[in-house]
Amino acid sequence: MNLSEISDLLAWGAATAYTVAMIAFAMDLSQVTDAMVQRKTARAAKTTVLAGSGGPEQYGVSSATAPSEVVEERRRSKALGIAMSTTTIGFLIHAAAFATRWVAAGHVPWANMYEFWLSGTFVAVGLFLLLQLKVDVRFLGVVVTFLSAMFLVLGLNVFHVVADEVQPALQNYWLVIHVGVAVTATGIFTVSFATSALQLLRDSRDNGSTLLRGEGTVVRGRNVAAWRLMNWRFLDQIPKPTALEALSFRLNAVGFVLWTFTIIGGAIWAEDAWGRAWGWDPKEVWSFVIWVVYAAYLHARTTRGWAGRRAAWFVVVGYACVLFNFTGVNLLFTGKHSYSGI
Amino acid sequence: MADDTSGTTAGGSYRPEGIADEFSGAADTSTTSPGPTVPRLGAVGMLRFAWRQLTSMRVALFLLMLLAVAAVPGSVFPQQKQDPAAVAQYMIDNPTLGEWLNRLGFFDVYASVWFSAIYILLFTSLVGCILPRTKAHLHALRTAPPRTPRRFARFPARGRYLAPADLVSPEDVSAAAVKHLRRRYLGLPAFRVVTDVEPSGALTVSAERGYLRETGNLVFHISLLGILISFGAGQMLEYRGQAIVVEGRGFANSVVDYDTFESGALFDENSLEPFSMTLDSFESQFRITDAKAQDFTAFVTVRETDGTERADQIKVNHPLDQSGAKIYLQGNGFAPSVTVRDSAGEIAFAGSVPFLPQDDVYTSQGVIKVPDVSTGEQVGLVGYLLPTAEVTDSGARSIFPDPINPMLVLTVFHGDLGLDDGVPQNVYRLDTDGMTQSLEEDGTAVTLLVGQGETVDLPDGLGTIEFDALPRFVALDLRHDPTLGWLLASSLGALLGVSVSLFTPRRRIWVRATQDEAPDPDGSGRTVRRTVVEVAGLARGDDTGLQGEVDALLHALPALPEDLTHPQHGTSTPDSSTRKADR
Repeated sequence: MNLSEISDLLAWGAATAYTVAMIAFAMDLSQVTDAMVQRKTARAAKTTVLAGSGGPEQYGVSSATAPSEVVEERRRSKALGIAMSTTTIGFLIHAAAFATRWVAAGHVPWANMYEFWLSGTFVAVGLFLLLQLKVDVRFLGVVVTFLSAMFLVLGLNVFHVVADEVQPALQNYWLVIHVGVAVTATGIFTVSFATSALQLLRDSRDNGSTLLRGEGTVVRGRNVAAWRLMNWRFLDQIPKPTALEALSFRLNAVGFVLWTFTIIGGAIWAEDAWGRAWGWDPKEVWSFVIWVVYAAYLHARTTRGWAGRRAAWFVVVGYACVLFNFTGVNLLFTGKHSYSGI
Repeated sequence: MADDTSGTTAGGSYRPEGIADEFSGAADTSTTSPGPTVPRLGAVGMLRFAWRQLTSMRVALFLLMLLAVAAVPGSVFPQQKQDPAAVAQYMIDNPTLGEWLNRLGFFDVYASVWFSAIYILLFTSLVGCILPRTKAHLHALRTAPPRTPRRFARFPARGRYLAPADLVSPEDVSAAAVKHLRRRYLGLPAFRVVTDVEPSGALTVSAERGYLRETGNLVFHISLLGILISFGAGQMLEYRGQAIVVEGRGFANSVVDYDTFESGALFDENSLEPFSMTLDSFESQFRITDAKAQDFTAFVTVRETDGTERADQIKVNHPLDQSGAKIYLQGNGFAPSVTVRDSAGEIAFAGSVPFLPQDDVYTSQGVIKVPDVSTGEQVGLVGYLLPTAEVTDSGARSIFPDPINPMLVLTVFHGDLGLDDGVPQNVYRLDTDGMTQSLEEDGTAVTLLVGQGETVDLPDGLGTIEFDALPRFVALDLRHDPTLGWLLASSLGALLGVSVSLFTPRRRIWVRATQDEAPDPDGSGRTVRRTVVEVAGLARGDDTGLQGEVDALLHALPALPEDLTHPQHGTSTPDSSTRKADR
């Protein structure tokens, strides 16, 4: 068994760990209702105590902050603990898969579609764990692990190629920079998509969507389909839409800057490799479309009547374009970005 | 821009219609929401209305979405500029649809009327937006922070500081706040600060930071304009030439020496630098196991305009810089050197003929035209070069791209090559209209297999062909675009601008310090004189660090003795119970 095969096995291991983590995250979310009730009771008791403490104001500093939901006290549950530790273990296995692939291929492991997904999901999970160090984003876990497991398996089954050296056209330090930044941006867009998707769901539930209140689909007052698969109550547990929008924006802002750099770096490389900075190659077209969609998102946020829900849809559309750019464009169109057969 | 809707700054305000990025969250934010603009009657009024609409946020957003959608067909349909052959094929496969798509510009999307219309409108909107915004921002840069609002109650970030008046005076507070706010950050003061005394005697400090946010925003948008202009100018000024050069030969940088030459409308032929170049040798490396390409290098000698010579090399990804132009290695192949003698034994043709590679093992296709025969008919040879030939019963094929066992596989035509009609011909194609193919007795075409160094008789007594040597050729692409530097500068400007704009918080901080009399916090019931300080913060857009900024300011105020802030018997206030910092 060579190093390339070991890397593949490790990638399968990481995908398995993420799947287990995803199930644990989902189980945790299905239990949160009870925990919430307990917590609300506890909070009410605390408020009563505080309200009772009167007396003259003390010297020194006091500040009033609108409590941000993201920095709320951290919830504990058995399922959540299992989910987080499995995700961390999965990430470590993923790191090993990433490193062995790097050594086996002899170049940075993002030179073909399989490697792109291997490293893109690696960035997404890494970013999720990194964010968790600062704020509680465990509610994102179910979506992030789901997407990562899915893309890893998809990559292993459909796009997989054996680790190999790259052809002369790719022998350039821009492979490290241009594609590396694109991979990072993709990872960030994955997490921001998860955030915005939850924002849209929670917003719909808050605004009385019968489907997302577990009451089925209601048309003109008649319940036409009683979807009872989920009660969607976990949506009450995740942060408010405004907090999710703020988190998504910060991620998207970083993603947008990195994407801008991806395009500029790509143009510089294209100028050296293909003799033109920009030539509307299918990959260039879609990179441009992605850039414009996220630019539209940034504009929508500051346009009256478009902030919030409508802006979040741009993130969903933008991420769909990102996915298409790294799958459909290679598979459906012929262009200069086709290497390794696919 | 400068201006916000908290109604405190005067003059220079400009806001695009429909933008909502003002300092937000304050109660005393006056509602200057621009209602629907009612156009005045008349042409001027209509124009003004149209202009306001075009420069509004909603229209800009709409145009952005349209731009994204309009760019997509260019990836779906083959494009004339990128792949003319694919467009021709598409037209053959779908004659009716293709005709309509062609009329509507779908085969040249990025030069089509509709695509151009969208981006021209978008950039017009952008100019209409950034010009007044630049003016407003320049004004804001010279404007003092807005005066301290009367009430702080509804600001999103607030803080309070209380001290005995005999220990800390409002003047101490004001001085400490100003010192803190003016702290140096990368050599610049963090905040622009003004102090004031209110009629009541309260001291106030108003501070604002993050002017770079708007500066970055403007730099970003101006840079986008720069990218568009550089790109457009590049198309007008660039030139591009392609030449196929065989080992040992060269070419000069003049229009006639290129096989193809394209240039922009404003290109001046006399501006070509008259350097020349010789291809000394070409090396390729293929992996022995699967014939995968590993490296290509062209070794060249460049003769500069002043006559000096230098050796250099061109690789894939590493073009040669010469006189402001770049020379790219775009392709390579074999140009077998052959000598054809006619039936009289005279040399009718001698030279290298490039054969174009068709696959990974360099099965190369080519034509040898022999017009200058001393007697008899003209000869045309069509066929393949196989770098490493493997001959079996079913025919010959190439099995490796390096020339290990090179062989020419040719069929022979004789008659009139059609070269004397004056109609330009493709050198890689034989026009067989006036020619007859040499056939075996059984009616199949005569196929000649010529190994390197061999001489083979041509059929029908046409003469002989000798395969002398196998030099390589390279396809070079020379391009000169004087605007590339501007394109790069604009791109980096856009990157820098958008980073600064997205990550610089724009904040306003206000401090009010007064004195009052109140019961002593120690619970003794005495009345004491206190210095009461209130701080409020406001940000433009989302700003999760705003409260942190307020807290940092509070902790920069004069420190109080431990026994005052932590009385043994006291109870904490509701607000400070969780967030009281102990510094």
